[in-house]
Amino acid sequence: MKAAGTVSGGRPHRNLTRRYEQDLRLFGSPWSRAGLAGLLLTYLTLPTVLHDDFWLSVLIYAGITSIGAIGLNLLTGFCGQVSLGHAFFVGAGAYCASVVGGDLGLPLPLWLLAAAALGALVGGLIGPFALRLRGLYLAIVTLGLVFIGEHLWRNLDGVTGGNSGTSVTAAAVLGPLDFDALNLGGEQYSRNQGWFWLVWSLVLVTALLAKNLVRTRPGRAMQAVRDRDLAAEVIGVSAGRYKVGAFAVSSAIAAVGGGLFGTYQQFVSPDEWGLILSVQYIAVIIVGGLGTVFGSILGALFVGALPALIDRYSHAIPGVSAGVGGDGVITVFALNQMIFGLLIVGFLVFEPRGLAGIWLRIKAYFTGWPFSY
Amino acid sequence: MTALLQNVFAGLALGATYALVALGFVIIYKATGVLNFAQGGLLALGSYLGYTFTNSLAVAFGIAIVLACASAALVGAAFQRVVLTRMVGQPVFAVVMITIGLLFVLDPLVTAIWGFDNLQLANPWNIQRVVAGELVLGVRDLWSIGLTATVVAAFFVFFRYSRLGVAMRATAFDPEAALAQGISARRVFAVSWAISSALAALAGITLAAGPGGLSPAIGLIALTAFPAMILGGLDSPAGAVLGGLIVGLAEALTRGYQDQLFSWAGENVSVIVPYVIMVLILLVRPYGLLGTAEVRRI
Repeated sequence: MKAAGTVSGGRPHRNLTRRYEQDLRLFGSPWSRAGLAGLLLTYLTLPTVLHDDFWLSVLIYAGITSIGAIGLNLLTGFCGQVSLGHAFFVGAGAYCASVVGGDLGLPLPLWLLAAAALGALVGGLIGPFALRLRGLYLAIVTLGLVFIGEHLWRNLDGVTGGNSGTSVTAAAVLGPLDFDALNLGGEQYSRNQGWFWLVWSLVLVTALLAKNLVRTRPGRAMQAVRDRDLAAEVIGVSAGRYKVGAFAVSSAIAAVGGGLFGTYQQFVSPDEWGLILSVQYIAVIIVGGLGTVFGSILGALFVGALPALIDRYSHAIPGVSAGVGGDGVITVFALNQMIFGLLIVGFLVFEPRGLAGIWLRIKAYFTGWPFSY
Repeated sequence: MTALLQNVFAGLALGATYALVALGFVIIYKATGVLNFAQGGLLALGSYLGYTFTNSLAVAFGIAIVLACASAALVGAAFQRVVLTRMVGQPVFAVVMITIGLLFVLDPLVTAIWGFDNLQLANPWNIQRVVAGELVLGVRDLWSIGLTATVVAAFFVFFRYSRLGVAMRATAFDPEAALAQGISARRVFAVSWAISSALAALAGITLAAGPGGLSPAIGLIALTAFPAMILGGLDSPAGAVLGGLIVGLAEALTRGYQDQLFSWAGENVSVIVPYVIMVLILLVRPYGLLGTAEVRRI
């Protein structure tokens, strides 16, 4: 028997959605399924092909940044709450991992969960402000959070080691897998190889979580709050609840990223959780694309890889010196900072939807082909 | 008692600087609805330009101040004209982020041109002091308070009586109605950026003439002026001045009594006091002390 709507026995076009299950698929078309398979294959084989520690560590840092950026994108891109305090939550996660994973010696899942729980708790504490303040007032309060946090990190010597920082000794062990020295089927892998697999699997988990979150009722409610909170309340969305919730989820994810960051780096100091880190995360989601999950990952790869490249090839760029007091006109750090600035301005002026927007445009061109316009 | 008065004086001088920067924030916010994060960068740029004028070009100090303010004003207005006019109609978040971008461009630019060294701005005030009774008052602090008072007074007169000032208020109140009256919004936006940048440069120079000298970190003071402005209310010039003074006093007093009263809170707690005060006040008054509460209608 022919299904309704099909003429002369031909298959319906692949873009035609006929069932709810089809509509719900994250990877619906054959092309996107092929893309997913390709990405998974790359994920599995990349560390065995690419042995260079430098490139692996760049990719690991980019992965960690992706996780934090997904968190910020949920809050800013999907719920419309501007936060300059992301660095604070990332820092809190790093110290939590240091205490739970390092000092108490608990395994990987536990210190990741502990970091997430702490992040959610601290993020929830911002709740009262998120409820009472709007827009720019809220942005400045979260800016204050960065400074108050920095003061805390410098003075809570017992946990953070004060100004001189502390080493993070948390172990990355999951059951039989020790990602610090991975041994699979008799083959010994380096720390960077193991961490690549660990971090990017967590990126996948976070991305799926976020993607599914924004497709469900809370996610749609968050987007309604972003578009116009008053209108959202009129249609029965409790704006306050979702604002506080978005803060909690976002900072929980940020804290997980922070925990990974601290543990991978094995050492953290209060200087790392400054305003520049917050701005870096904002640059990531703007460059990647506000309100898209995969944009956060694209942005993190782009913004994360750029400073590493500059650092590596600084000797080849005229006028750049490796540190203060060098020969060049501008230091690597200053150049990076400048590039963040230019990227933010450039993308907002010329491509406000970010890399994800460019990608979607290319995709739309080919999906609509030959009727692209 | 003398120590207390001395601290209060230091607080007023510091607060005067905050007030100048905060006033700059408020002017731009009122005219364009945007918070200008680049104020710190413009402040640093202005004070370093002041250094170039006095030290390298040997211009008289008073003229150097005027020149530096004028150049900073030009940079601010140019940025508004070149970049921000493209952003009309975009969400506030995007525009605010652009000013953050500008901050991150200006900062390295300043260090690339003038280096990281601590510079001494040639100025007639230096470390001269006036002794009044038991109090020792720094000449620079007195000038800083006096200049701020003058500028604030001039600013209020300008807003109240001058044609452009009234046009700016009208645009802030209702841009479309103002346009309908033949007021050029473009001109108002550019002028508000120019004024605000000039105020930042003035604040930067008075700061650089002080004991701290001139270093790339000078722009950070603008970040402390945020609490001052938020505390007073985003859209209230009087609030900016009030907030600046409150924050300055609180910071100076905490620093003065760090050892006696605040040793439990850790070293340098005075740095975060402005933020703590801001957070506490915002919990009670979400629109600052003098800010206009936003009326939300369905």
